[in-house]
Amino acid sequence: MGVTATQLSLDDLKSKALDIRKEIIRMTTEAGSGHPSSSLSATEVVTALYFGGFLRVDPDNPTDPARDRFIMSKGHAVPVLYAAMAERGYFPVEDTMTLRKLGSKFEGHPNMKRMPGIEASTGSLGQGLSIGLGVALGCKMDNLDSQVYVMIGDGEMGEGQVWEAMAAAQKYGTGNLTAIIDQNGYQQTGATKDVLDQKPFASKVEAFGWHVQTIPGNDMEAVVKALETAKTVTDRPTCIVSETQKGFGILPLLEEAGDTNFHGKPLPPEMAEKALAMLS
Amino acid sequence: MAIGEISGLKMGQATRDAFGEALRDLGDQFPEVVTVDGDVGNSTRTEWFAQKFPNRSFNVGIAESNMVSVAGGLAAQGKTAVVASFACFLLNNAFDQIRMSVAFPNLNVKLVGSHAGISIGEDGPSQMGIEDVALASCLPGVTVCVPTDAVSTQAATKAMLEHNGPVYLRLGRPKAPVVYPDGCDFQFGKSIQLTDGDDITIIANGLMVGMALDAAKSLKDSGIAARVIDMHTVKPIDEEAIIKAATETGRIVVAEEHLAAGGLGSAVSMVTARTRPVPMSFVNVGDQYAESGDPDGLLEKYGLTAGNIVEAARSIL
Repeated sequence: MGVTATQLSLDDLKSKALDIRKEIIRMTTEAGSGHPSSSLSATEVVTALYFGGFLRVDPDNPTDPARDRFIMSKGHAVPVLYAAMAERGYFPVEDTMTLRKLGSKFEGHPNMKRMPGIEASTGSLGQGLSIGLGVALGCKMDNLDSQVYVMIGDGEMGEGQVWEAMAAAQKYGTGNLTAIIDQNGYQQTGATKDVLDQKPFASKVEAFGWHVQTIPGNDMEAVVKALETAKTVTDRPTCIVSETQKGFGILPLLEEAGDTNFHGKPLPPEMAEKALAMLS
Repeated sequence: MAIGEISGLKMGQATRDAFGEALRDLGDQFPEVVTVDGDVGNSTRTEWFAQKFPNRSFNVGIAESNMVSVAGGLAAQGKTAVVASFACFLLNNAFDQIRMSVAFPNLNVKLVGSHAGISIGEDGPSQMGIEDVALASCLPGVTVCVPTDAVSTQAATKAMLEHNGPVYLRLGRPKAPVVYPDGCDFQFGKSIQLTDGDDITIIANGLMVGMALDAAKSLKDSGIAARVIDMHTVKPIDEEAIIKAATETGRIVVAEEHLAAGGLGSAVSMVTARTRPVPMSFVNVGDQYAESGDPDGLLEKYGLTAGNIVEAARSIL
């Protein structure tokens, strides 16, 4: 079959994002732990990457050298990645229901040793962009035209290593590297503006010599357009500041529960049922 | 007294120089090798490789965390990534990156720590890697090697590039005495016995091997036959040689240029404690940081001389 990108229509992409949201909620509720709200903010971007004509991968041969790479640096948001991979055909969707259970390869954070198709083991924040840079440099050395995408959390930007990677990527002109900052405005203990406000990201990243776009990251059309633009920039690394909402899709439920951050909490079964109905 | 003087060793290259030459010379034979530097390539000698293979070398600046994770990414892409810095900056500064970007995913990254030990001298304790072996050894799947002279370092460098998986190679700054003038049979996990003796065993690595040979010569003069073992690989440790030494000599001294905790002494003790407990004594930096000064003076002051090994041996004879 070889590496190919799946390209759905905008309507089908939106519908795919709904399916992925539902799977995120199902698997985390079944696990009784996990980070659904951190996954929901990132859903449009991850869905667009896997189904909007971007990631050229072969689920039957997940290590094909010609593939594109997606690295989830904010590793706790791995449910959205598992759901997208399942939808893309890496494994049956029902397998993801073993999330976080003993013996399952669906670990709480991505583990490349246990799951082909996972491009980096993450979960200690701040390392994904550096790893992505290494992969991007390696691909260039091997004359592969592979694109490397790395998703970083806005709270994660507090890790100085991310800025180290930005400086180095600029030096080596890695046009095959795209960082997506999932700016959902929250981190573990509260709003990022209260914990460590690092905004504005766009001007800072631009100052590091990157091509930068800022988009409404839960708007599928905007996401697809930004990813298309990123692909056309080949002389330097690109960054998409994706302004999102944590828990997007089920916000009224989170408001009702009195916690719009909902960090690291699975939806209790009753709430999950309501969420699934809301997303149908 | 210079190291190796008693046992008649000649002074040779520093292990970092031998590594730098070997890496450069092996570059053609191992086309997948790339280096990632944190702007100390002229100290670690990876600069010599970079001069010959500019397209296979990356200097990412003074940013050890990024350096290690970039190496992980290159390894994920099929490269043999050699990442070098001072031992202390590599292991201490980028420990989590070594754990998450290298050891946990078991990627083919070669971690090279130069300027290990207190024998770096005048630059002082901030630059001395003396926790590095402990830190590297505790990580699952990481091979830890401390070669003693130029020949064994060249062999270790080749073995490291041939090995599939993470390796930590520990190098020193000063010139090292020639322990292997005629080559050596080097394999990770297989120690090298340098002298025969059934009264006591001295297990050492790095610069302390020359000291151990000097100590053995001194002990021999007073009728004590010491077996000297170059335990260049701390992990996986050569259990067989340790058990044999414990059984045949009944006493073991372990000498290393490292803190007391977590280094070669700990690794050897784990084997003897489990299999054949024997009286042991230890020569190391102890539980303290050193100071600035000339290398010989530092080794003397912090108890890392042949005399200290003799003393440690006598304490259990």
